[in-house]
Amino acid sequence: MSAHAHAPVGGRLVTVPFLVLAFLAAIALALLAGRFVYGLGAVTNLNDGYPWGIWVIIDIVIGTAFGCAGYAVSLIVYILNRGEYHPIVRSAVMASLFGYTLAGIAVMFDLGRYWNFYNLFLPWYAQPNSVMWEIALCVAGYITVLWIEFAPTFLERFGLHNAREKLSRVLFIIIALGVLLPTMHQSSLGSAIVILGHKVSPLWQTQFLPLLYLSSAILMGLALVPFESVLAALGLRRQLETGLMGRLNRVILVVGAIFLAVRFGDLLFRGALGHALAGDLRANMFLLESALFIGGLALLARQQAQRSARAQFIAAVTLLTAGILFRINSYLVGYEPVNGTWHYFPSVPEMLVTVGVFSIEILLYLVFVKKLPVLAKHA
Amino acid sequence: MKRRDFLKATAALAAAAPAAGQAALMREPKPMPPQAIGMLYDSTLCIGCKACMSACKEANDLPPERLPEGGEWNTGTWDTPLDLSPTTYNIIKAYVNGTRAEKDRVEDGYAFVKRHCLHCVDPSCVSACPVSAMHKDPLTGLVSHDPSLCIGCRYCVYSCPFGVPRYNYDDPFGQIGKCQLCSHLLAEGGIPACCDVCPTGASLFGPVEQLKAEAQRRLAAAPGTELEFPRGEIGSDRPTHVAATGNYQQHLYGDRELGGTQVMYLAGVPFDKLGLPTDVPDVGYPTLSEGLQHTLYKGMAGPALLLGGLVFLARRNIKRNQADDPLFTDEGMEPDAAAKKEEKDS
Repeated sequence: MSAHAHAPVGGRLVTVPFLVLAFLAAIALALLAGRFVYGLGAVTNLNDGYPWGIWVIIDIVIGTAFGCAGYAVSLIVYILNRGEYHPIVRSAVMASLFGYTLAGIAVMFDLGRYWNFYNLFLPWYAQPNSVMWEIALCVAGYITVLWIEFAPTFLERFGLHNAREKLSRVLFIIIALGVLLPTMHQSSLGSAIVILGHKVSPLWQTQFLPLLYLSSAILMGLALVPFESVLAALGLRRQLETGLMGRLNRVILVVGAIFLAVRFGDLLFRGALGHALAGDLRANMFLLESALFIGGLALLARQQAQRSARAQFIAAVTLLTAGILFRINSYLVGYEPVNGTWHYFPSVPEMLVTVGVFSIEILLYLVFVKKLPVLAKHA
Repeated sequence: MKRRDFLKATAALAAAAPAAGQAALMREPKPMPPQAIGMLYDSTLCIGCKACMSACKEANDLPPERLPEGGEWNTGTWDTPLDLSPTTYNIIKAYVNGTRAEKDRVEDGYAFVKRHCLHCVDPSCVSACPVSAMHKDPLTGLVSHDPSLCIGCRYCVYSCPFGVPRYNYDDPFGQIGKCQLCSHLLAEGGIPACCDVCPTGASLFGPVEQLKAEAQRRLAAAPGTELEFPRGEIGSDRPTHVAATGNYQQHLYGDRELGGTQVMYLAGVPFDKLGLPTDVPDVGYPTLSEGLQHTLYKGMAGPALLLGGLVFLARRNIKRNQADDPLFTDEGMEPDAAAKKEEKDS
């Protein structure tokens, strides 16, 4: 038996949290029926000033950043060769699997002309100058890669050892693709707003957006690991992985330092930092976002955090919130529509759909860890 | 090297590097298409009659729009759109200030502006569209939209610096709508409906170069002097409109803004008062976004090289640690069996 045996957690599947999550998912599906019968406007507060709302920015831009756990951990384990993180590979890949698959599905109900979506994959309609085209192809490719990367867990569960053995021999290519594709599209999620030009505040509009989005996606993917580990420990009564997470925190610190250096170096170089003191909503959101990044990293930097699960959890939540704000700010708060008085705040049904998407993710997480060998056993 | 020289060289390098970096990350601006056609809209000539709006609806077979809160007077056939929409490609808007006593004056004045697609030389919508549903004609430069290709992602709406393309959110099969300069009429030898009906020549159709020359003629004339203004299409034999030259802002909007536009504006009040963004670069934003993408993905060499490195490292590291790796070590038995074995062991 290997050093890090994985096993299904077991236990009853239908629990109170399960039912609550299923209920939330059902509400989302009912609301989505309204979207397909009456149009996007019937469910969302989208308008031509704000054509992209939380279904894009939370479900996709933030959802896939949460889904970077598998990417970030693969990067550390397979590319930087840090074998000690092996026990968390499977759960991290699974977090990505759900984050990305659900984001892929979320795209479909946000697209206004969803029945044409396959045009994205027809070479003769391809528009390679479009950042979105690149993101769409990369994300679709990465979802496929993730299912293959996660396949050993299924094959193992159902005793298909032959197939598993064959897959093992080519898995290094899949793993390499699983690092390449997120590197490409997570940076492109930043490039996507470069074309908005002056419609995005100088606090966020920069040619460094690809690098900022990439580094913050890795940061969020890494922060999700201790976050999930502590929640799994509490929710499923498992042992805390404080020691391993403490070592992971050092990696988070390095990535966070790179992000902050690029972020503030760029702001200083462009002379845009003055906008931070304007006292308006944008400036304050910038200050909040920056405070959360710096605060989360400072918390980790304190020696104590290396040992305390509570400090690790708080730092992880702070950094995840910072990453979320950075994305909401650059796509929505820092964005100003042309002409006219446009307003956007997500409608309640719109928010419920997003809540439903995340409910399905947690629901699938519970089902998978209980039924499949995902989490490492503590011998 | 002396310390001072070294510092000087470093400073020079530090100053030059970002500029060089910026240039490397920019794609070449697109040139004006060889047979570019467009429109000159002269705000000082516009009388706000909205004949162009009604002609646009008729020419493009678009339904009238009514104010949502409209009373009884608003239940007839009146077309009363408030803004551009998927069914309103063209709208006359007004700038108003104070007592609105005089036309084309900032203080206590008013001015008209016609809003629709500017048919950019380097359009953001075309660059943003992932499925080539937004298309710029390589000869005439007109930007058109094909709903049969469109996936409804609304990236064109999000990216347009002028806020032109619109999507219909109240329709389950909604589509993008915007001015296509009546290309269907042009194909039959006609001219855009708005220019065709404009009584004063405020909307003037023609080749961009001729329109630019016409704009310079107007800018050069002294305010108040009588001038002949062509109507419909520049160079056509329609009778001209004779009027006093307006007190122009000494600039042709669209001549250089965002890489240039094929619909250009002359006005008596500053352009930003008319909702046209003025604090903008002389290149279109696609030069930046595409420059960035083309640098990162040039010939796919970067990603290919990266993938090669990743494959090499992944393979090596997996071989080193395979025994320890949960993705590779098959635990070799059913989980239930594993659990039973564990029970027995303990």
